[in-house]
Amino acid sequence: MKQPLKLLFCIGALLAPVQTVAQAIPIGDATAGAEIYRRECASCHQIGDGAQHRIGPHLNRIFDRGAGSHDDFRYSEALLRQGRDGLRWDLRRLDAYIENPRALVSGTRMSYRGLSDPERRADLIAYMRAYSDQPQNIPEAAPTARGREVNLSAEILSIEGDIEYGEFLSSECTTCHQRSGDHAGIPGIVGWPEEDFVVAMHAYKQKLRPHEVMQSVAQRLDEEEIAALAAYFRELGRE
Amino acid sequence: MKLKRRSFLGTATLATASLSAPALMGQTRPRVVVIGGGSGGGTVARYIAKDSNGAVDVTLIEPSRRYYTCYFSNLYLGGFWEYDALGHDYGNIARTGVNVVHDWAVGVDRDAQTVALASGERVPYDRLVVAPGIDFVEGSVPGWDVSQQSLMPHAYKSGTQVQLLKHQIETMREGGLFVMVAPPNPYRCPPGPGERVCMVAHMLAQSNPSAKILVVDPKETYSKQALFEEGWERHYPGMVTRIGPDFGGENVEVRPEEMEVIIDGMVEKADVVNVIPAQKAGKIAELAGLTNDTGWAPVRPGDMRSTMDENIFVLGDASHQGAMPKSGFSANSQAKVVANVIRGELTGSRIFPARYSNTCWSLIATDDGVKVGATYEPGAEQIESVTSFISQTGEDADLRRQTYEESIGWYNGIVADIFG
Repeated sequence: MKQPLKLLFCIGALLAPVQTVAQAIPIGDATAGAEIYRRECASCHQIGDGAQHRIGPHLNRIFDRGAGSHDDFRYSEALLRQGRDGLRWDLRRLDAYIENPRALVSGTRMSYRGLSDPERRADLIAYMRAYSDQPQNIPEAAPTARGREVNLSAEILSIEGDIEYGEFLSSECTTCHQRSGDHAGIPGIVGWPEEDFVVAMHAYKQKLRPHEVMQSVAQRLDEEEIAALAAYFRELGRE
Repeated sequence: MKLKRRSFLGTATLATASLSAPALMGQTRPRVVVIGGGSGGGTVARYIAKDSNGAVDVTLIEPSRRYYTCYFSNLYLGGFWEYDALGHDYGNIARTGVNVVHDWAVGVDRDAQTVALASGERVPYDRLVVAPGIDFVEGSVPGWDVSQQSLMPHAYKSGTQVQLLKHQIETMREGGLFVMVAPPNPYRCPPGPGERVCMVAHMLAQSNPSAKILVVDPKETYSKQALFEEGWERHYPGMVTRIGPDFGGENVEVRPEEMEVIIDGMVEKADVVNVIPAQKAGKIAELAGLTNDTGWAPVRPGDMRSTMDENIFVLGDASHQGAMPKSGFSANSQAKVVANVIRGELTGSRIFPARYSNTCWSLIATDDGVKVGATYEPGAEQIESVTSFISQTGEDADLRRQTYEESIGWYNGIVADIFG
């Protein structure tokens, strides 16, 4: 944990008067973000002075906070699990979560459809960032670091899964995840919408989702294999 | 794009299926015999029967009517798991269409392609799967043989031996000494001895806190060593001592009648002694002529087929396959590859490229779980590791608790996969 602290000081220095250092481009337009926040988020999440937990937790100091880490808020088991596995809210992950919450944390209780426009997300995050005093995970000097989390093309999402191949591949999953869909200690994966399954597996493959076993399983699955698994487990849910 | 995978696999299937399918055409139902109803054998029998929908005649030969898993038997020692919850019967495997025969396989006639049973019956096969687990190497711990297992239990094949060891530890005198003689590589369940030390320490810390544990180990290093040693220090300070090879750990002898352990010539009086001897493939693999001078049965990395016989596959602990640890998870993983290959060869169904994986969870203390795992692929000569991971020392308590809960989820998952 020494590293982030050092970074904090560096960025603190950068934010001070010498604006010329690095190509410190802003994440987005915080003023526009304020309006997006009011429309999209504010009905559940408070932010700013005196913000309290409401339907959702308050979002002050969200950057670099572990997922599900307010002790006084009741999170979904799924979000708590991800937090224990090491999910922290940095720029990339916040962006991915806002884009499609269920793609990043499949069992989250946050019933928000997601914000697909990357520019509006950038504006929103720029607004939220102003309420965080730990902005070290915002790579302002590297604009390329920002972008869609699981950058899946329409082509990948439309691959028709080979169910028979998926059945063979699924045997690797069912050593832990029960075919019946039962879940205790290990989440159920039967009957998911295919797209959620595909997005989740790609998120593990790209190590966006934390969990070493899943990352290691996903790492060697190619696009077609992920589609095959998604199709098989969807079908299994219909049986 | 959509058809790439399918057409590639289609070709692969045709090529493999043509090797052997014609020889079997015209026969009524191809016959698969599986020797051993553990994690490897139980899985392969069930998957072939389930996926072939009765097109393949599957017979499982297993002497026990109830199978007690080795995995989680340490948790039973530590008081975290019920003995009965380790046991699983074969009813559901039979219901998937497997003919379960409770008998001993005593020989294999590879020319006639039959398995001889202790009852005298001979069972013919087109494909044979040999999954007998382990046996002990005689004389590996001088002074100990199987006839002494009630005085100095091995407790390394689950079942009543583990009950006996637990009873001995529970009734040990106050301040007594528990000695574990750890095995040399390779052996079943690499983290097993270290986890067992944790579980025995957990039990003693509550009921007999002045008792001591001595581990005599012929190995320089062992699986999850840093994690276990951190755990001993944290949870059971001062209780555990390990003697490695540099202090004579590889030169050990026992006298079961006297309850003595002789370490590099020094006599140590003990109260409970757990002797985990050196290991080799289960005896039937040797009788069938499938083992080499390592004591294990060499197999091809792509499909676990014996290098000695085209029609025989060897699974799990008994196999000599390369980088995979000898574990129930590995056996279950290998079984799925073998089931796919055998079904393909016998029925013409599609055969997919092998992929293997393994994860081993261990419990250090209450809510303190760790894991190690890897994925594997066939290499030219043997199975090779692709990626791997291991829990870190100093992890926070929530993560350790979650890892423990995950291990329970895994246990329930794998036994449902095999026996459920």
